[in-house]
Amino acid sequence: MSALLDVDRLEVTFGRTSAVRGASFTVERGETHCLVGESGCGKSVTALAIMNLLARGGMRRAERLAFEGKDLRTLDDAGMSRLRGNAMAMIFQEPMTSLNPAYTIGSQMTEVLRRHKGANQRAATDRAADLLARVGITAPGLRLGQFPHQLSGGLRQRVMIAMALMCDPQLLIADEPTTALDVTVQAQILRLLATLQRDLGLGLLLITHDLGIVARVATRVSVMYAGEVVESAPTAELFANPRHPYTQGLLRCVPVPGKIRHDEPLGSIPGTVPRVGPGFEGCAFRDRCTFADETCSHTIPRHHAAPTHDFLCRLPA
Amino acid sequence: MTTVAIEVRNVAKTFKAGKRTVVAVDKVSFSVPIGGVLGIVGESGCGKSTLARLILGLLKPDSGDIAVEGQRIVEMDRKARARLIQPVFQDPFASLNPLARIRDIVAMPLVAQGAFARSEIDRRVDEMLTRVGLTAEMGRRLPAQLSGGQRQRVAIARALVLRPRIVVCDEPTSALDVSVQAQILNLLSELRRDLNLTYLFISHNLAVVEHVASEVAVMYLGRLVEREPTETLFAQPEHPYTKALLASVLTPEPGLGVPDVGLGDVLPDPANIPPGCRFHPRCPIAEPRCAIETPPLKPRPAGGVECLLA
Repeated sequence: MSALLDVDRLEVTFGRTSAVRGASFTVERGETHCLVGESGCGKSVTALAIMNLLARGGMRRAERLAFEGKDLRTLDDAGMSRLRGNAMAMIFQEPMTSLNPAYTIGSQMTEVLRRHKGANQRAATDRAADLLARVGITAPGLRLGQFPHQLSGGLRQRVMIAMALMCDPQLLIADEPTTALDVTVQAQILRLLATLQRDLGLGLLLITHDLGIVARVATRVSVMYAGEVVESAPTAELFANPRHPYTQGLLRCVPVPGKIRHDEPLGSIPGTVPRVGPGFEGCAFRDRCTFADETCSHTIPRHHAAPTHDFLCRLPA
Repeated sequence: MTTVAIEVRNVAKTFKAGKRTVVAVDKVSFSVPIGGVLGIVGESGCGKSTLARLILGLLKPDSGDIAVEGQRIVEMDRKARARLIQPVFQDPFASLNPLARIRDIVAMPLVAQGAFARSEIDRRVDEMLTRVGLTAEMGRRLPAQLSGGQRQRVAIARALVLRPRIVVCDEPTSALDVSVQAQILNLLSELRRDLNLTYLFISHNLAVVEHVASEVAVMYLGRLVEREPTETLFAQPEHPYTKALLASVLTPEPGLGVPDVGLGDVLPDPANIPPGCRFHPRCPIAEPRCAIETPPLKPRPAGGVECLLA
């Protein structure tokens, strides 16, 4: 059976800037695939490209871009609209800006089901109430009549998750779903996502910059840098045996309670993610890399550290 | 000579929002020794940013006293306060004037004092930019031309250019990438050692607080419910809320899954503080008396905890 989502050599350009440069990965049913990296490395643009929601001026190309074997590249707007919010749904970072402040929770939640499945208002309301209860919201009937501003950040994010689940999606794309939340609420939301994903057999593409989240929820991780997937491995393997200098650097930056001595400097990566244009050659990380030499400005081979673990670096496996 | 940098005694602050009265800070007392770093942790709405603004003198307390290096903050004028205590805020995108050049942003506190010659201002700005790892060339740019990490360096340079004694850092790395966060934390630690600064370090990220703070205070609905030296707090948390916060930290250790922090879905509302122990509606070990009795402060060797069951 083919992968739920198959992305092969995805390219996204905005004018003279390449935001995504040949990113390839798959999301299987029942799997959580994490895209991780610093801001500006192309994670969110990748998600938007998959959903065909790129901002004006964004150009998308790919060798393959398929959802349940269906080619998304050749799908017209109407066809994509039928999938979006239906079989493939997305949760955004800031629930306050992605919920419409002028409509009640109930009318926003039921709209998706009425549009995609032709459900009547009553059936849609029942389903919305069910899902609100499912995501741990008490008194769902009351919440359906409320407006987004009447809910806390954690509740709004739960509403977003419930709304994304209205049409029984196969694939859920979550872009930094807990970044704006308190740690306590973050743990609750991630626990909820993990439970739902297991119970419903969802494929989950989770975008985050937080390696703590990656370690705890991902089945597989792809590390992105300057629009490329520079390393990809099963989660335990990536944390135990990171091969790309960028992955190693990211892991050293994370303060781990009880592991790093107080007041000892944390590891850090100097510099920032470069903006690269079409035709850029070599490793985009070379200006920040302590192992870099002149060969890094040539085409970089992809090495395999294990059958399911590959990385993009001239340093041998 | 005093050895106490910040002394907060019985400070309370409430806000009125229509019919609601929000108790942001509820009779809080603590002190921070010179050269110390007090980390303050808690969820949003617990009053930690209000506390920061009270200590900075940006808000007046309803009652209680705040003294900074022995001087009452409400009695100081703005210029004297600025020479003593300075803030670094969370969002380096919102806290820098987008139309001002970096040099002018960093020079502003000196200019506002009205007591420095232009040449002295230039010299100090150059020195400070170098000190925080920025170049003279960057000084001529606008905030939008810098990265998030560079902007936070600008905010730090601005905070330190008057050579204050105390810096209040309110979520200074929350808006930054982890790679940049590490650089800013290292810079703050280095500056504190070199300049013998005292920090009040507010964050919701416990791993960060553990790394920089010498002591940690846990704030819940306006109260400090537990306060300990950092090592003690992380090794032997006493308050069930502290335990829940620590359990919520997702360390990068694969295979552990996402913990159940056991806090339930009741969210704290600062306009409606529960009687008895204010944490009891969310507390996994609450007993009936927790809803009635207000927990007294139980002193511990180097701190204290407010819990009937601790």
